[in-house]
Amino acid sequence: MKEMFREKIGQRSAKVKNTVEKGWVKKFAEAIGDPSPNYFDEEAALASPHKKNIAPVTFPVTFDYGAIPNLGMPTKGLIHGEQKYHYRRPLYVGETVYCYVQVKNYFEKKGNFGNMGFLILSRCVEDEQGELVCETEQVLIISEAVKKEMSK
Amino acid sequence: MKQLVELQIGETLNEIQIGPVSRLDLIKYAGASGDYNPIHTIDDEAEKAGLPGIIAHGMWTMGNLAKILSEYLVNGFIKDYSVRFQGMIFLGDVITLKATLVEKQENTLTFNVTAVKQDEKLAVKGRLAFQLLS
Repeated sequence: MKEMFREKIGQRSAKVKNTVEKGWVKKFAEAIGDPSPNYFDEEAALASPHKKNIAPVTFPVTFDYGAIPNLGMPTKGLIHGEQKYHYRRPLYVGETVYCYVQVKNYFEKKGNFGNMGFLILSRCVEDEQGELVCETEQVLIISEAVKKEMSK
Repeated sequence: MKQLVELQIGETLNEIQIGPVSRLDLIKYAGASGDYNPIHTIDDEAEKAGLPGIIAHGMWTMGNLAKILSEYLVNGFIKDYSVRFQGMIFLGDVITLKATLVEKQENTLTFNVTAVKQDEKLAVKGRLAFQLLS
């Protein structure tokens, strides 16, 4: 079990094409109660330095990043410990992006719930020119109980 | 609305209060985000996972917290945003979103941001860097 994720460090999914859909951005902004006109009002966008509608900072959570072959992620008992976003530029509504996920690191340490596993996944969003728009990092915590269940 | 460029280190943005958190809030977020993990929407599944009740998606809280800057998106964008999920949010919780300016460097303003529950317990804490554009 321990070795299982360690062996996966550096592995990544194939890139998946996604579109920043206007309707979805609006629905997402509503779901987080964020009424900013910058997300869907074209006139408001023209009055901003962006000149285009932009997506909420956490919108990349909606993208399809593909799957890392045979990663063997537990389906239950994962704890989302931390999340990071780093943007080179705003994500624009209507643009096409290419997304993939990569195992950045895996390590274990003693914590409140026994010997816990920390799986760090990095997700990248690139534009049509292949330039990085946004990189995210997710820290998933796997408790000792779940690890035991997985190694059965 | 106060201009961001006038903001001094240690000053705070207007707080935002959200909640009480309802099941519908979380169902909506599940649909909008595509995260259908049932511990966020179905009582039985949350209990099976050892929780006292359904809990908000961490990303729902993170998404909500970023809106403390959203009136300023006419001036720039959020360049860096990182959080640690400190405590769970349950149905009925009322959450206060806060931001304090901690660093000012050319066109980048860095804030400490928190989502605090009605009992003063931290749900989320993090840092957010806002890039001003002209």
